[in-house]
Amino acid sequence: MRSLNVWQALTRSGYLLSGWPWRAAGYLLSSAPVGIVVLLAVVLGAAIGGALAVVLIGLPLLALLALSGLPVAAVERWRLGLVDRRPARTPHRAPAEPGLLAWGRTRFREQATWRELGYTLVFATVLWPLDLLAFCMTLLMPAGLVATPVLMATVGDGEEAPVLKMWTATSWPEAFAVAVAGLLLFPLSGYVIGAVAVARAELTRFLIAPVETDLGEKVTELVRSRVRLVDAFEAERRRIERDLHDGAQQRIVALTMALGLARLDAPPGPLADQLAKAHDEAGKALAELRELIQGIHPKVLADFGVGAAVADAADRSVVPVDVSVELPRRLPEAVEAAAYFVVCEALANVAKHSGARRAEVVGRYTDGWLVFEVGDDGCGGADAERGSGLTGLADRVSVLDGRLTLSSPAGGPTLLRVEIPCEPTEHSV
Amino acid sequence: MLLREGLIGLLGRFGHEVVAAVGDAEALMTAVTEHTPDIVVTDVRMPPGFTDEGLHAAVRLREARPSLPVLVLSQYVQRSYASELLDSGDGSGVGYLLKDRVGQVEEFQSALLEVAGGGTVVDPEVVRQLLRRRRDPLERLTAREREVLALVAEGKSNTAVARELVVSEAAVGKHIGNILAKLDLPQADETHRRVLAVLAFLRG
Repeated sequence: MRSLNVWQALTRSGYLLSGWPWRAAGYLLSSAPVGIVVLLAVVLGAAIGGALAVVLIGLPLLALLALSGLPVAAVERWRLGLVDRRPARTPHRAPAEPGLLAWGRTRFREQATWRELGYTLVFATVLWPLDLLAFCMTLLMPAGLVATPVLMATVGDGEEAPVLKMWTATSWPEAFAVAVAGLLLFPLSGYVIGAVAVARAELTRFLIAPVETDLGEKVTELVRSRVRLVDAFEAERRRIERDLHDGAQQRIVALTMALGLARLDAPPGPLADQLAKAHDEAGKALAELRELIQGIHPKVLADFGVGAAVADAADRSVVPVDVSVELPRRLPEAVEAAAYFVVCEALANVAKHSGARRAEVVGRYTDGWLVFEVGDDGCGGADAERGSGLTGLADRVSVLDGRLTLSSPAGGPTLLRVEIPCEPTEHSV
Repeated sequence: MLLREGLIGLLGRFGHEVVAAVGDAEALMTAVTEHTPDIVVTDVRMPPGFTDEGLHAAVRLREARPSLPVLVLSQYVQRSYASELLDSGDGSGVGYLLKDRVGQVEEFQSALLEVAGGGTVVDPEVVRQLLRRRRDPLERLTAREREVLALVAEGKSNTAVARELVVSEAAVGKHIGNILAKLDLPQADETHRRVLAVLAFLRG
């Protein structure tokens, strides 16, 4: 299996024979030239900006310097690819609007921009020298050891050779022993350089390509799929409603008509009685079917919107309900449906549990929020946890980034409030 | 489609002549211009959108010819449909019934005749829902008077109301007189005032 990054490769056999040690070395070594360029640019930019700040031209230059983390981080994320095949995505958001101004506004407000600036400063001053040092220590040291016999033959005239400037080899066997030790050290340094590169890459990733973005993307995708599910659910309900209406309901209506006509023609007697019974049953089936369809997806909701649908639901309530809904325009279908079913459930609970004599439904749209409140003068003590109906609806509302709040102290009154953010659609009510 | 076939049979059985049976709102408009029927019976839902094309066609027809009696059948009770319909023309010669009612063939026949004669018929289910609501102009009515008004709204004659409530026809007449007075309805002929009373009732 291919390793994703140096860290994985380190733990597997065949590491030394793979390209990973070379990649790690390349990563650390390439740090220096990039770092030197960045250091020069930053120092130069700061000096010019600072000097010109007196005449105000320098201020924009300094502001531009604050954005210097952007290109540096981009290069660094690209360099990260040497030691880590996992994608290092930019943590920046796309600006909401086109244009340089919007771009700048977005960038200056982002945390990522400042993290990248911080990284740039640390990179230019500390990190690249450290990278270079690590590279030299781990690779040049064994190389130096291996070179001892050569040094002895050349510089040392066969008499002596310096070993890493710390000690002197004075005989050939000694020199060769040191060289062998150096050769043996090479594999070890392969591991060390890998480990250093891993640490260094993780630091970079942490600062300028946080893994959280991956998680964030997953969450975004999950949220989207949840919204799609709710939409699909809604579409399915509409389809079922339509199928029932255009199919079963029409047939039963035709049946009741046929039975009604048959009754007219039937002579009084057992046959007429039987027909009357069948006619009654068909009528009941029709009434039940109508109730069922109404519960699945009321057509009035699609035709006239949540205001009319709520008024309609209030009409059917056993407890008298005062309705005052002011909605200038139609709202997105999913929003209307969620709000409608919340109000219906609330009214059903009022009728079932509250013992209220009156209930009130208030609905309005203000500042991008659709708000419905259902209150009653009943005994209170309602618990959202116990009502599975409300929990399901709370889920549905939360998919739309809305809130469902219930206030029901013992003794009442109970107030249920649903708020959903949304933009009106173009249709007026 | 099924319903249309059934209705044609039903109307024929009662001796009415069906001059045209059409499948969508556009065809309905054309057919009405062509045949000038005594009454139009239509479903709220019609192709192509299956929303409320039938209702809007009915409203448009009455804008063109306010005296054209229209009976609208609906799959379910919808007060906004009822009010939209009653607001077309002067509210007379209008019927709004649940589709289920066509199965009650005799009641359907009498509703049909009532609407054709310029009366107003509203489905008992609509009336029942409206009675549950608090309605200020009607607060002045006694319980009995509201009962009478509800039955009138369903398109019942004084005789039928009297039979239903088991009172004399004269008593019903007195109640209706009180209702008309309490609702401050203008002087007009009896039928029209009854229609206005029903409208007041429906609009609450």
